[in-house]
Parts: sequence; structure tokens; C-alpha cells
Amino acid sequence: MWDYVKLAVLALVVVVAAIAASMARDIAYLVHMLVILLAAVITFVWIIRRVGEPVPAHNPNEYMDGPIRYGVIATALWGVVGFLVGVVIAFQLAWPQLNFEWAQGYLNFGRLRPLHTSAVIFAFGGNALIASAFYVVQRTSAARLWGGGLAWFVFWGYQVFIVMAATGYVLGSTQGNEYAEPEWLADLWLTIVWVAFLLVFMGTIIKRREPHIYVANWFYMAFIITVAMLHIVNNIAIPVSVFGSKSVPVWSGVQSAMIQWWYGHNAVGFFLTAGFLGMMYYFIPKQAERPVYSYKLSIMHFWALIFLYIWAGPHHLHYTALPDWAQTLGMTFSIMLWMPSWGGMINGLMTLSGAWDKLRTDPIIRMMVVAVGFYGMATFEGPMMSIKTVNSLSHYTDWTIGHVHSAALGWNGMITFGMLYYLVPKLWQREGLYSLRLVSWHFWLATIGIVLYAASMWVTGIMEGLMWREVDAQGFLVNSFADTVAAKFPMYVVRGLGGVLFLLGAVIMCYNLWKTVTSSGERKPAAAAVPAE
Amino acid sequence: MADNSENIEKRPDPRRHPKPNTLASNEPPTTGHEWDGIREYDNPMPRWWVWIFIITIVWSVGYWVAYPAWPGIQSSTAGLLGYSSRANVATEIAEFEASNDQFFAQLVTTELDEIRDNDELQRFAVNAGGAVFRAQCSQCHGTGGAGVQASGFPNLLNDEWLWGGTMEDIHQTIRYGIRNEDHFDARWSEMPAFGRDGLLDDAEIDQVVNFVLSLSGADHDARLAALGQEHYEINCASCHMDDGSGDYFTGAPALNTQVWLYGGTPEAIRESIYNSRFGVMPGFADRLRDAEIRAVAAYVHQLGGGQ
Repeated sequence: MWDYVKLAVLALVVVVAAIAASMARDIAYLVHMLVILLAAVITFVWIIRRVGEPVPAHNPNEYMDGPIRYGVIATALWGVVGFLVGVVIAFQLAWPQLNFEWAQGYLNFGRLRPLHTSAVIFAFGGNALIASAFYVVQRTSAARLWGGGLAWFVFWGYQVFIVMAATGYVLGSTQGNEYAEPEWLADLWLTIVWVAFLLVFMGTIIKRREPHIYVANWFYMAFIITVAMLHIVNNIAIPVSVFGSKSVPVWSGVQSAMIQWWYGHNAVGFFLTAGFLGMMYYFIPKQAERPVYSYKLSIMHFWALIFLYIWAGPHHLHYTALPDWAQTLGMTFSIMLWMPSWGGMINGLMTLSGAWDKLRTDPIIRMMVVAVGFYGMATFEGPMMSIKTVNSLSHYTDWTIGHVHSAALGWNGMITFGMLYYLVPKLWQREGLYSLRLVSWHFWLATIGIVLYAASMWVTGIMEGLMWREVDAQGFLVNSFADTVAAKFPMYVVRGLGGVLFLLGAVIMCYNLWKTVTSSGERKPAAAAVPAE
Repeated sequence: MADNSENIEKRPDPRRHPKPNTLASNEPPTTGHEWDGIREYDNPMPRWWVWIFIITIVWSVGYWVAYPAWPGIQSSTAGLLGYSSRANVATEIAEFEASNDQFFAQLVTTELDEIRDNDELQRFAVNAGGAVFRAQCSQCHGTGGAGVQASGFPNLLNDEWLWGGTMEDIHQTIRYGIRNEDHFDARWSEMPAFGRDGLLDDAEIDQVVNFVLSLSGADHDARLAALGQEHYEINCASCHMDDGSGDYFTGAPALNTQVWLYGGTPEAIRESIYNSRFGVMPGFADRLRDAEIRAVAAYVHQLGGGQ
């Protein structure tokens, strides 16, 4: 019966999507409708082939790892795609000739830049977060994922969102809000997927068989709930037509700017910090086989982080039309955020006390430690850059780009690589990784790549900040904008090379993980859901 | 009594070791929870962490007192320092304006040709004009004023001029622009597209190209050039002059020098004759103050080629 309801709904989706596609007012909308149509047709066929077959009975003590395996693969693949686009646009900035005439309007910098940021944050980072959240919540709750096939819907629904966002960018459909570029149709779809994600996660927490909720799950919960709120508020818009991708936001002027950076900064705070701290709190103690350093610290820094982060957004709008009072609050809350952020670093690093020798022998632990180190550096640099006097130099320069990438490549990237190296042997029931030497190679390539990237962007950012503000004794600007662009060229090349090294490391990782899964080795029995003693 | 106090001293610090019975294992106590094999130590928060956190909070509260911080219905707390970022910028700009005002006023009242006679004023004009140039003109003419030949943006460093290189000429060009439909006084002329509009056939254009090349002594085919001379004299010489020296009045470039606006290759010259060119420049009368326009004129004039 339930199957027939699903089939009816899917058939309706196919018809509606086909009609909408035929009425489409722009190419992006047309492609999105075709994507929806295709996804619905595939799902329809998949379901109809299984109608009447007995539903496989799941042992409730067996973890649901299917969507996690897919999520791990998606993380690795989207990661490589995102890094590759990043390398391309880095070189486009160094050599504008790479904005080829034949690709104008599709593959020029303006189209590829949001593709890069969304691919790494939402496709790579988002899949890593969803997969690891599903893994961690099951293990630490000793319960199978709630909601039956809903976790599969979350995985595939999220991939459809990624495809819609990516095709939209290349075809010129954007709201122009940084990190919130997808238009209303993709936004609505993501909202549905995200609510399903929240349901699966909370359902699993509620039916947990452990008396307490583990700290990693607090962070995952904060991440899921806050991102839902941010996404909805920043994307309230009225479509120009239900058959077109364009919409008009309800926020305007400085309020629009404020809400955008309230969203943007907390995308950093809750997506890239809170979510990944959840990852850190599970995988570091597991890989190090050591207890978490301090329970008290984890409570304190969790609540402080959650409370303070949400205020910090205005520091993106220093010295703008934003009123002074809002700038003050944004800056001071960013300063107060310093220690709550470092609480996670302390807990991560100190968890290794008594197991420091593992740094020599275990490249995965090394990766995780470097991730936490970069996390600490970036969460010191962030509050520093939010100070208005520092910001007056750093704002709009490449320093910001360097800051973001030392955090994104160093913290989010490295901890995700560590997680993938930990998870793949577990999920495919292998004794261990195919090659630890390749992990070491990945570690060094990525680390050197990040150092090249961050160092070159610091240098060029401070240089251009100084050049922009340089005035002579009579108050006239000394440099033209083109002078600053020309001066940055060598650093842009170094940055691109750093990106190449980082990409190379990720490709090596994919090979290593692939060989781990495919080379026939001993299979371990699947772990069962048993509450800890 | 003495015995007792000794005992107290020997007792371990309760903060460091909340449960003395675990001391034997040489490990801090855990909270007793466990998830998937993960346990948690019950270590205290590092003191330095707590203290720095408190200090940042105290500092922030102090900052709120000193600066505008908390919003009300109509406005926000003003802060004891009376700080306002907008007022600060306005003050800073006003300070520079005040010190520069006398020069700007002098620039407007001084005859264009006499600016350079006043050393102090000339220095100021070049300085101010350079700053405006880098912001408004460098996009096309380059930061150094060397132009971009591939796009037909003229080089301002040499002594070849399209519309004249005196202060008056340069000033008028900047003020009203070139082929700028917004202003009646804009420089205006239009060369016919000899090939596209069928005024000359391909063979004739080849001949003219070779004749033009010969004017500056560039490599050319002498036979074709000789044939081209007649076409040149009929079609081109009225603006570009018989000897190819050009004409400031119509903005016709000189053809008898090595300086080329769009390039001196046979292909580039052929393109100019076949399709003609139509370089444009905006007028700055509505974008810049009079004094600024005069300053830019002085700056461009002294770049190398001013007449």
C-alpha cells in the first residue's frame, strides 16, 4: 500500500516537473526541472521493480551503514571536484587568459567561484557531516538510524540539491548572496531534505540506549538545527514566476546585508565549526584510543560557543552602512568567542596526552592533530581580524581568503580526511587501510599545500591592504587598483601551486581508499549495536 | 594541633584530585559515562582558559561602555567616548579638504597655461591629478599612462597627440570626452569604413595600406604603394594630410611616425581602413570637480608629451 502511495506521488512529480519544464522561462529552471524529473523517474522505476517483494527485516541491533558508505564515497568525490575547481579559479586569477572566450558565461571565474565554494563547503563538507553524523549517532546511541529509508532520502535528496546548485551556478542562476547562492527552488528542496536529516538524527537520539547524549551529538544537533534556521531566514524570497528561477528577496538594504552575514558567519560557525567539532569529538578519541580530556570543558565550551557565535556576524560589515552599535557587538562577541573556540582545540589535543607517541606511527592521528592545530590558529586569527583596526587593513583583501583556507583546508579538510581514513576500513569491514605510506604522502602534500596557500595569501593580503590605504601627505591615493593586482601576481601563482599539492593529496587518498575497499583482504564481522558497559 | 596541620598539608589538592581513591592508578577520574568505548576524564577546565575567557568578557563589557553598543527602540547606547565611524571619516576628509582647498581654488582661477609657472601649484596639480588619473583613467590608459595598443587606448607618454597636446586641448578632451554623445562639446569625427561600405575594393585597400606603410618608412611593396598614392590623396589626405602628418582638428592620427594607435602591422592598418575605428572616451565634466579636471590635465601634460 505504502509503495503505491509513493508511486502515485512520484508520478505526480514527474508530470508536474514535465509541465514546468515545458513552461520554463530560463535555462537554469529548465535544467532543474529535468533533474527533478529524472530523479523522480529513477526512483519510480526503482520502487516499481520492488513492489510486492517482502521487505527485508532489519535486525534492530544492526547499524544502518548503507547511506554512510555512499556518503563517504560522495565526500571523497565531491572533495576532488571542489578542489579541482578551486585550483582552476586560482590560476584564472593569476592568468586571466584562462577565462576562455569560448567558455564565457559558463566557465569564467564569476560562474566557477560559487561552484568551488559550494562544492567544498556543501558537497564535500556537507556529505562528510551527514555521513559522519549518521555514523556517530548510531554508535554513541547504540541504536539503528530512526526512520527506515529516510536516511537514504537524506543522502540522495542532498545529492540532488548539490546538482541543482552546481548546474544553477554554471547557467547563471544565483541570488548573489555569498554561500547562499542557490535560488528559491533549490532552497525549498534543501529545506525538505534538511528537515528529514533533523528527523533521522533526533529520532535516533530519542531511541538511544545510552543513558546520556555524547558531546559529539550535542554539536551535531546544534549544527543541524541552527543551519535550518539560518537557511530559512536568509532565503526568504518571492519567486518572480513559478516557472522561472529568479526570485526577489524580502530583505533589502543594510538589513539584507546584516541577515546575509548573520547567515554567512554562522554557516562558518555551525556548519564548519560546530558540525566538524562533533566529528572531532568522536574520531579523535576513537583513533587515539584515549578518553576525552575534560567533560567540564566540553560542556562549558559547547554552550559558550553556541551562545556567542550567533552574534558575531556583523564583523563582516565593519565600516559599512551598518550602524556602529551592531559593529561593536559583532566585534566584541567575536573576541569573547576566542576561548570557547579554543575549548575544542584543548579537548582535542589534550585527549592525546599519554598517547603522543602515536604521532610518530599513525599518520591518521597526525592528520587529526594538524586539523585541530589549524582550527586553533584560525579561531585565534578570526577574533583578531574582527577587531576594527585590524579589519580596516584586512577587509576585502586576500588575507580573508588566506584565513578562510587555513581553516577550510587545514581544519575541515584534514579532519575529514582523518575521518575517511578511519571510516572506510570500518564500513567495508577491512582489517586496515591499503597503505599507510600513502596516507603519509597525503599528509605531507596537504600540509605543505596549506602552508603555501595561507602564507602567500597573508603576504599578498597585507600588501594589498597597505597599498590600498596608502595616501600621500595631501591625502591623495598613491596606488591605483591595477597596481595592487599586478603586485599580487607571484603570490597568486604560489597559491595555485599550494592548491595543486592539496588536490594531489586528495587524489592519492581516493586511490588509497579505493584500493582499501577493492583489494581482497580479511573481512571483519560487522559491529553490532551494543550499549557500552 | 601541630600534628593536625601537618596532615592537612600532606593532603592532595582536592581540585587536582577530586577522588583520592583513584590516585593509585595514576590516571584522572572519568565521569563514568561511556559511549562506543569512549570515556571522558573529569579533568577541570584549564585555569588559563577560564581566566582568558573572563578577561575577554570583562574587556567586552568595558568596550560596550566606551562605544555605541546596545540598541534601543530609536537609537543605541552612545558610549562614553562619543565615537562615530561616520563622523570620524567626515572629519578626516574635512581635514584634507581644508589643507587642500586653497590649491583647488587657485587651480580654478589660474589660466591653464599658467599653472606650470607656479611651482607649488604645479606640484600640487600633478599630485592631485595623478591620484585622480589612477582612479579614473588608468583602467584604459594604464597606471603609468602607456595606453593599451591592442584596444586602441592611446599612449599618453609620447608626443603624438590625436586631438592636440596643449593644456587647453587636453583639458577639453578630459572635460567633454571623445565621441561622447552626452555632450555637445565632445571631440567628434568619424572615419568612413572604406571596405565595409564599398568605397574602396580589396585591391585598392591593399594599395593604400602599402602607401600608409611607406609614409613612416616601414617595410612596404613600392609598386602597390605607388598605386595607392592616388586613392590616399582622394580619400584620406583631407584629414590625414598629404604627408600623413594628421590633423588635431579632426582627431586624425599622424601616419608618418612609428607611433600607432591600433598597431602598425599591415593587418592592423588594413582593419582600420576596412572597418574604420571609433574610439570613445567619456567626458568627466559631470564626474569630477573643475579643479580636479584641471589637475588631471596638468598631470597628463607633464607625462612627457605636453605641448
